[in-house]
Amino acid sequence: MPNIEDLKTMYENMVTARRYEERLQQEYLVGKQPQFDISAGPIPGELHLAAGHEASAAGVCVHLRAEDTVTAPHRPHHIAIAKGVDLKRMTAEIFGRATGLCKGKGGHMHLYDPAVNFACSGIIAQGCPPAVGAALAYKKRNTDNVAVAFLGEGAINQGGFFESLNLAALHRLPVVFVIEDNEWAISMPKSRVTDVADGSKRAQGFKMAGTRVDVDDAVAVCEVAGEAIGRARNGNGPTLLEVQVHRRMGHFMGDAEAYRPAVDRERHARLDPIPRLAVELRKQGVTPGDLKEIEARSHRRVDEAIAWAKAQPEPAGEEALQDVFTNPFSARNEEALA
Amino acid sequence: MSASPAAEVQSGRELTLSRAMVEAIAWELRNNPDVFVMGEDIADYGGIFSSTTGLLNEFGRERVMDVPISETGFIGAALGAAMAGMRPIVELMFVDFFGVCMDQIYNNLAKVTYMSGGACKVPVVLMTAVGGAYSDAAQHSQTLYGTFAHLPGMKVVVPSNAYDAKGFMHAAIRDDDPVVYMFHKRLMGLVWMPSPKGVKTPVPEQDYTLPFGEAAVRRGGRDLSIVTLGLHVHRALAAAERLAEVGVEAEVVDLRTLVPLDRRTIVQSVKRTGKLLVVDEDYRSFGLTGEVIATAAEGALGDLKAVRRLAIPDVPIPYARPLETYVNPGVDQIVRAAQALAAE
Ligand SMILES: Cc1ncc(C[n+]2csc(CCOP(=O)(O)OP(=O)(O)O)c2C)c(N)n1
Repeated sequence: MPNIEDLKTMYENMVTARRYEERLQQEYLVGKQPQFDISAGPIPGELHLAAGHEASAAGVCVHLRAEDTVTAPHRPHHIAIAKGVDLKRMTAEIFGRATGLCKGKGGHMHLYDPAVNFACSGIIAQGCPPAVGAALAYKKRNTDNVAVAFLGEGAINQGGFFESLNLAALHRLPVVFVIEDNEWAISMPKSRVTDVADGSKRAQGFKMAGTRVDVDDAVAVCEVAGEAIGRARNGNGPTLLEVQVHRRMGHFMGDAEAYRPAVDRERHARLDPIPRLAVELRKQGVTPGDLKEIEARSHRRVDEAIAWAKAQPEPAGEEALQDVFTNPFSARNEEALA
Repeated sequence: MSASPAAEVQSGRELTLSRAMVEAIAWELRNNPDVFVMGEDIADYGGIFSSTTGLLNEFGRERVMDVPISETGFIGAALGAAMAGMRPIVELMFVDFFGVCMDQIYNNLAKVTYMSGGACKVPVVLMTAVGGAYSDAAQHSQTLYGTFAHLPGMKVVVPSNAYDAKGFMHAAIRDDDPVVYMFHKRLMGLVWMPSPKGVKTPVPEQDYTLPFGEAAVRRGGRDLSIVTLGLHVHRALAAAERLAEVGVEAEVVDLRTLVPLDRRTIVQSVKRTGKLLVVDEDYRSFGLTGEVIATAAEGALGDLKAVRRLAIPDVPIPYARPLETYVNPGVDQIVRAAQALAAE
């Protein structure tokens, strides 16, 4: 059983992440009702919210330090929060503001925070190879840092995932792959895209440790992830984890989920890891007042981040031309055309 | 069966671009047992951009196949199925994802006919969503027109309206070569991402094909030629209206297909106007704008008095609205460039 401080940290990260997604949902829908128009309102573009995924990120990241690397997929907010990404600047990025983590260039699927070694990719499974690379660097430099790649259960049918497992196992690299199994890849249920129900079984083909956490329970995730990360830190190689999570919202905002049976949506809504962890905390002697305080603090932090982000300036158009390279070449080439 | 659709067009039934595509695919599925469709979220969802809406209902899962997120696997499988006698239509959800499967596309699909000395044929339609202008950022907003047109062995089609979309889809499915069918997300007629006016057009109910390699002059004009494609046909037409108000008559050429490229229409237009503005939603350097300008230079150097181009200025597509608007040529930018060109 994880210690009480870790449990409280996990709870706080989960409550923060849930509040965050619910508030972003509200903000995103401003200007998009009654007719949904992806280009209307204060938050531009697509938005993939992770309500129902919190236990996985919280249970894994509680074992990580700032120096450890995390790569996240297109659904990154809960992971970023658990990894300690700057919430204000991340929110400003999602609102497309100049003071965002990436000056408004990246957006919600492309959040980068080198201060805590966090990165994303919107291309399915393509966070796996860079996580392997970070682990390779840690091994070469003789540190005990680790790398963690998060991905969805739909993503594990992608070639880059298998190539990463093999490389990681072959070189006994300090990397953990975490599959968040929410049973859906947009409209495709898991059973339509693979006959292997337990994704962690794929580890066997690479002589790698593999475990599946069947219940959406932060404590269970924390225990299994603790072993995996410990193994990586001690030089005993990679692990493949699969964690049962749930999808409380559509794949992206605006997804009417016509393909999804109502009973499935209801089941996912019922299996909520947050009250479950609250019950555990109560059992461990945390008072209702303590829980309320954590919740209030988390909500305040989210609300402040959103208010701050909305007050930030938008970038000027010309800023689009900066940052292609770290040291831009001379404008002389362009002047030749004038 | 290249019908003459003019009579039916009179009847005035209008379709969105996506409905027009789907109608052609459905006709081919109905009439040719060798045709089938594969892609992510194309069955129950009907394609993220409605490129396959309703097909599952009529044709079932054997012919309208959802596939795992394994683009190398299923695009390579389309090639193999084609070589085994079928006529697959395969969807790459966003063209940006070409990165995870490009070997099957350009080293295999595109080259088999040539490498086999013409012994093998590869009737595959690779349809894919392109373009931005809705803040989907660097990994989901590219067009990559030039990339696909540059690599030999693939025909490349970019419809700008519903009528063309249907005729080109029939032609693509019946073609014995690989055809990359690039549909612009902003043109599909989705309720959640409105299209410019003019994309929805009358579409005949019967099947018909349109020939590849014939550009269309969408508007005549004596002062300059605006050569463009896809979404930017509509931006160029809007710009041409504004230019007309200030006495500048712009001709607007819609390329429609990149491979084959209708060089003759480009050259003839430039010979008429003497001035060329190329407007593209792909990266500027080493691509489509350069190719069109080179065509004009090779074919009409003596008539060519001035040239400009508007394209993505060699940066990845940024997320925030002011940044994306800055890099993706808009109506205002087209008007300004055209006026400057006209004044030269
Ligand atoms: C290479 C690639 N193919 C397809 C997509 C489009 N896409 C985005 S999310 C998604 C489903 C992912 O499902 P899963 O991995 O299970 O994660 P979830 O969205 O359920 O969290 C797909 C197909 C993509 N971004 N990249």
